[in-house]
Amino acid sequence: MHISEGVLSAPVLIGGGVLTVIGTGIGLHRLDYDRIMNTAILTSAFFVASLVHVPIGPGSIHLVLNGLLGIILGWACFPAILVALLLQAVFFQFGGLLVLGVNTFNMAAPALLCYYLVRPLLARPKTRGVAGFAGGALAIFLAALCMALSLALSDSGFLATAKLVVIANLPIMLIEGIVTMFAITFLAKVTPDLITGSRP
Amino acid sequence: MMFEQFSQGTSLLHRSDVRIKIVSVLVLVPVLALSRSPWTVLAGLALGLMLVSAARLDARHLLRRLLVVNGFVLFLWLTLPLTYPGQAIATLGPLAISGPGVALALLITLKANTIVLLLIALLATSTVADIGYGLERLKLPRKLCLLLLFSYRYIFVIHQEYQRLARAARLRSFQPGTNLHTYRTFGYLFAMTLLKSWQRAERVRQAMLLRGFQGQFHSINHFSIKRGDLLFLGVMVALAIMLATGETLLNRL
Repeated sequence: MHISEGVLSAPVLIGGGVLTVIGTGIGLHRLDYDRIMNTAILTSAFFVASLVHVPIGPGSIHLVLNGLLGIILGWACFPAILVALLLQAVFFQFGGLLVLGVNTFNMAAPALLCYYLVRPLLARPKTRGVAGFAGGALAIFLAALCMALSLALSDSGFLATAKLVVIANLPIMLIEGIVTMFAITFLAKVTPDLITGSRP
Repeated sequence: MMFEQFSQGTSLLHRSDVRIKIVSVLVLVPVLALSRSPWTVLAGLALGLMLVSAARLDARHLLRRLLVVNGFVLFLWLTLPLTYPGQAIATLGPLAISGPGVALALLITLKANTIVLLLIALLATSTVADIGYGLERLKLPRKLCLLLLFSYRYIFVIHQEYQRLARAARLRSFQPGTNLHTYRTFGYLFAMTLLKSWQRAERVRQAMLLRGFQGQFHSINHFSIKRGDLLFLGVMVALAIMLATGETLLNRL
């Protein structure tokens, strides 16, 4: 879920914007022209993931898979998520323009953490499944936590709403963990380079 | 799936230069997003409605879009009136409805919808291809613009690819439910989509290398800022300044 426009306070918007600019700057700096096409098509694939609805009980949720994106892309997940969210803002008006910085940071920072924490664990088949689950679940949990924090820092009256955001994301966390785990074990068998190979 | 329902048309907004529209959005949205007075937002809402009607868009599509966007706003309505600190205006059994909570939820609803209207009128009336070129002309990093243009180009391809896999699964009697089998299938389906995307990217990269791609795109659409565009920009900036001044005065009262 994205935070919509008109909710957050100016300091939070600026802070998120600055952090996203820095992250995107580093991501773009490390991304040479030769790898742009691969990064772009993975960005499209993750945009498509957000259109995939997975049933849970009587309702359904859409996939996010920011953990998997971070594991594959590393620092390039910042520009990738920024572009995906911008496309969502133009296509569906989800999120918005001014909150783009905050929303990008909330999703990309946990993804980047997965790159550093989870990716090294994927080389060994023994830890692969558990690490995949942990990566998928952690990325959603931390994204929800960041979102809750952006709300709570904007206005202390949002505190209860912020707690609810985290609680509402718990089932999503579980499903993302499971889907990420299966996706990773599949990719490790079929194309190990994508998730365990070295990346500049 | 239709992605750019509003981008085709012949209205003034469709014909305006994309750079002008981007800059207009960038001056109007911050003023409205940060305003605390409902009057400023209502004035913005009037402007948004005027621009959307000037763009002559399909009303049914527009309403459906607004409904979907209000998901987060609905979430706030479910929590803020019950949890926001402040004087209670009514009680629902054991629950107290907070006055400031309702006022804040109302203000946010107004703001969010006003800004969505502006985004539809000023950004969704251009194709992403044009927005990408516009952003590059506005001196955004070229790599970021290329990333935007390429991802946009391949979303439709990848989406069809995924749908093809999902159709194949359905033909084999796959029925989604809340069980491990479903999540495993979705995991594999998406991983397969990723793999195909990665291989496709490799082929496209090689094809572009072969054709001497050097990080530069040439657009068929001609970009030129006409006198009318400058007038449009002037009016939008003036309105943004007026809204900002109104907001400061209202807050001082």
